[in-house]
Amino acid sequence: MSFKRVSKLGRIRSFSAFFGTFLLTLLIIGVVIPGASIAADAGVSDTLEERISPMGRVHVEGDDSFEPAVEAEASEAEEVVPYQMKKPSRSDYPDVGVSSRAIVWVLAQLHLFFGALVLAIPLFVLVIELVGVSTGDERYDSMAQEFMKISLTGFSITAIIGGSLAIALFTLYPDLMAYMTHVFGAQMLVYASLFFFESFFLYTYYYGWNAMRYGNLKWLHLTLGLLLNAAGMTIMVMANSWATFMMAPSGVNEVGQVVGNIWEVMKGPLWNPINLHRFIANIAFGGAVVGAYAAFKFLSTRDPEERAHYDWMGYTSNFIAILSFLPLPFAGYWLMAEIYAYSQQMGITAMGGILAWLFIVQAVLIGTILLAANYYLWAGMSRTEGSERYKPLIKVIAFVLVTCFLVWVTPHTLILSATEIAALGGSHHHLLGPLGIMPAKNIAVNLMLIVTFLSFQLYRRSDKVATVSWAPFGNALMVAIYVVAVANVIFAGVYYGYFTNTVYKVGSSVMQVCSTLVVIVVGITLDAFLFKGAKTLPSYWGKVPDRAQYALFALPVAFTWLMGLMGYVRSSVKTHWHVYTVMKDNSPDNFIPTIGYAGNMITLVTVLFLVMVLFMFWIANLSATKQAKPVASVDGGAA
Amino acid sequence: MNVLGKTLGFSLGMILIFTLVANLLPQVEGEAPVEQKVDLGALTMESYIALGEALFSGKGTCTLCHNAMGRAPDLLVMNVGGAAEKHLEDERYKGKATNIEEYLHESMVDPGAFVVASFGKKGSNDTESPMPAVNKAPIELSEIEINAIIAFLQFKDGNDVTVELPTEAPPVEAAPAAGSAPAPAATAEDAIKKYGCQACHSMLGTESSVGPALDGIGSRQSAEQISLSITDPAAAIAEGFTPGVMPADFAEKMTVKELKMIIDLLLEQR
Repeated sequence: MSFKRVSKLGRIRSFSAFFGTFLLTLLIIGVVIPGASIAADAGVSDTLEERISPMGRVHVEGDDSFEPAVEAEASEAEEVVPYQMKKPSRSDYPDVGVSSRAIVWVLAQLHLFFGALVLAIPLFVLVIELVGVSTGDERYDSMAQEFMKISLTGFSITAIIGGSLAIALFTLYPDLMAYMTHVFGAQMLVYASLFFFESFFLYTYYYGWNAMRYGNLKWLHLTLGLLLNAAGMTIMVMANSWATFMMAPSGVNEVGQVVGNIWEVMKGPLWNPINLHRFIANIAFGGAVVGAYAAFKFLSTRDPEERAHYDWMGYTSNFIAILSFLPLPFAGYWLMAEIYAYSQQMGITAMGGILAWLFIVQAVLIGTILLAANYYLWAGMSRTEGSERYKPLIKVIAFVLVTCFLVWVTPHTLILSATEIAALGGSHHHLLGPLGIMPAKNIAVNLMLIVTFLSFQLYRRSDKVATVSWAPFGNALMVAIYVVAVANVIFAGVYYGYFTNTVYKVGSSVMQVCSTLVVIVVGITLDAFLFKGAKTLPSYWGKVPDRAQYALFALPVAFTWLMGLMGYVRSSVKTHWHVYTVMKDNSPDNFIPTIGYAGNMITLVTVLFLVMVLFMFWIANLSATKQAKPVASVDGGAA
Repeated sequence: MNVLGKTLGFSLGMILIFTLVANLLPQVEGEAPVEQKVDLGALTMESYIALGEALFSGKGTCTLCHNAMGRAPDLLVMNVGGAAEKHLEDERYKGKATNIEEYLHESMVDPGAFVVASFGKKGSNDTESPMPAVNKAPIELSEIEINAIIAFLQFKDGNDVTVELPTEAPPVEAAPAAGSAPAPAATAEDAIKKYGCQACHSMLGTESSVGPALDGIGSRQSAEQISLSITDPAAAIAEGFTPGVMPADFAEKMTVKELKMIIDLLLEQR
């Protein structure tokens, strides 16, 4: 009975995913092929002879102009008119009564949320499965399978929203999409075909899990997982190339004509920074979302065994989310550095222009993420008896986190009245003003990352006692690395940030980033050796306060909102251009909306995402639900 | 309250806090530049300077970098005219301007002609400017607009405004006044500069992708082909380039000697 139910759900999922994929493919094929043929046929006359015999040339009886026609064709071929990019005017944009940008905004952001989720989950599922194989602990294998089960409906939702987004784009922005299909051409067909590969690997990977659980078949199963991830990653980087082409076009000239091959078009200056940034962010996001699932299941049950399982699952999800999140700001640095190198104007529009206020909201969101993640780790220390020795440090970490958070949210420029300026003694406060600029914020964010890693490291150490002979030296080395890194972050930020010119200000952030990365890399490596064969203290899964689980809800909510916010800034830096410097946006929405309007839109999309994720979780649980067989009552009716 | 209610309430509460923060911040809308029709007949120097000031902080996006943040020289607080005079005398100056007005114009359309120390592109040792040419995308200021900004920059420091008010025909597009035909170029380089060939073609060390690159053209085309391309550009269009972009009136404008000098120079590009 239960098996049949699973199969039916599987068929529904398969159908909806196939339908979405089919819709998207049909759309792309429908647009690309005619576009390509029009481009190829440009300048070639559609004569009677050609209509009769497109492969060659026939002489029509009674027509004695055969020879001259060949000459005419030759001369026409020489005058092939290259593709002319249309410059759309206001009237070229369909008016559907609702803001076209708002429609595309909602669909694109939802597609991105689900796309990120379904690309990330198979990635860490594969790693967890591999850990299960290498340790021989079947719990990892079961957890990996459960993660896949949760996300399965997400693939269908992603495909359906993707198809809807394509319809919206081709309908509402026809000239832009005509240009994009001209530029990317057959690459879009490759993109669409990859969905079929991804679907094949997805279903064989998921439904073949139990059939390929042990021995050599397990390796075949892992290979399927690898191929699923390869297809997914390729889809992601191909789609990224469209977004980065619109931000920093390459392979085209100033009037939009394609002058390079498809590789030159794809490989713009921002492509790889975006690829890396999205790759890392997707994993953090995916980890956070499945963590919320585990937290919900933990809170919903009183069964100690189930609580232990979901506590462990929530911890693993948080581990994935935070470990991926820690290097994310550095990928962000690289992206911004490349944006500045491509166009200083674009960089300043994002960081120092009208979008600058956005980074106050970003600080609130990242502060929420770090505080929630740290709180979860501190609360989780109650699982182990050995955590008592580290508890005094929690107060120090909390103090550093809160102080740095306050520095981060300190604005640089305030909109003030004349009276307020007079009272303040200038447009900037003499003490708080210096905290508003980037050097102070760089110090704050690096220190927050360092102490978050410290929380993480203390948690990992709390159930272990090192037994190696060089343990005191190892600990002293770790403390020294923390002290030097913190000193370096503060020195680089203060000296280069306030006492040298702008060029060095930017350069100093590299020193700070390196200090933070050294702490993380050395910390992980050193602990791996230090706690080899360590004495393990008792640890009780499930023995964690309920309130800690709310931190696992705070993470995906803040992540989702943050992704929406970053989508707003990424798109807005193009200002009034569809394709920066090449194709102007002349639509009624060609302005950068206010942060308040953007915030409302992000909230709308986040709530929609939340509802859909709940649906996804519900479907995942439905597959495991089995209705009790009705028992006939003594009077012949149903009980 | 059940678990679903509690967790949903918690999540929605957080979302509302983020929304509130976004709505409490100053609300600024980034408007796209709007094409303005300027009544040249009614234009006074005062209104022209005011137009320049509006362009400086608006469409020109100058204040994005030229402010107190240290990204670029803070033009609003410094004496621009005085600085321009010094730069013209600087040994690193590699432009062609001879006076302040020309220097300011050049600094906007060819910012690399002189890069103020410590404001160059990272790693370029102040030989490359991060500033975009304002007459090209994405800023796309017209000649009238560039001159309006020059007028504003000269006026704000109390310097003489040497820019002339635009007439009906903007200077860059204006036909030469009757009876004052431009003097013929003395050398091939002057002729190339006079007709703006390097604005579209990569040649003689400059780069542009609007038209086909002319480096090595001498090894690909004969004198007759080059001559035909100049006097009748539509006769043959290089693959991948748009017809009609290259001016078709060089045959009327160029002297025979100028055409011959340009052809000879291009034939030497092998």
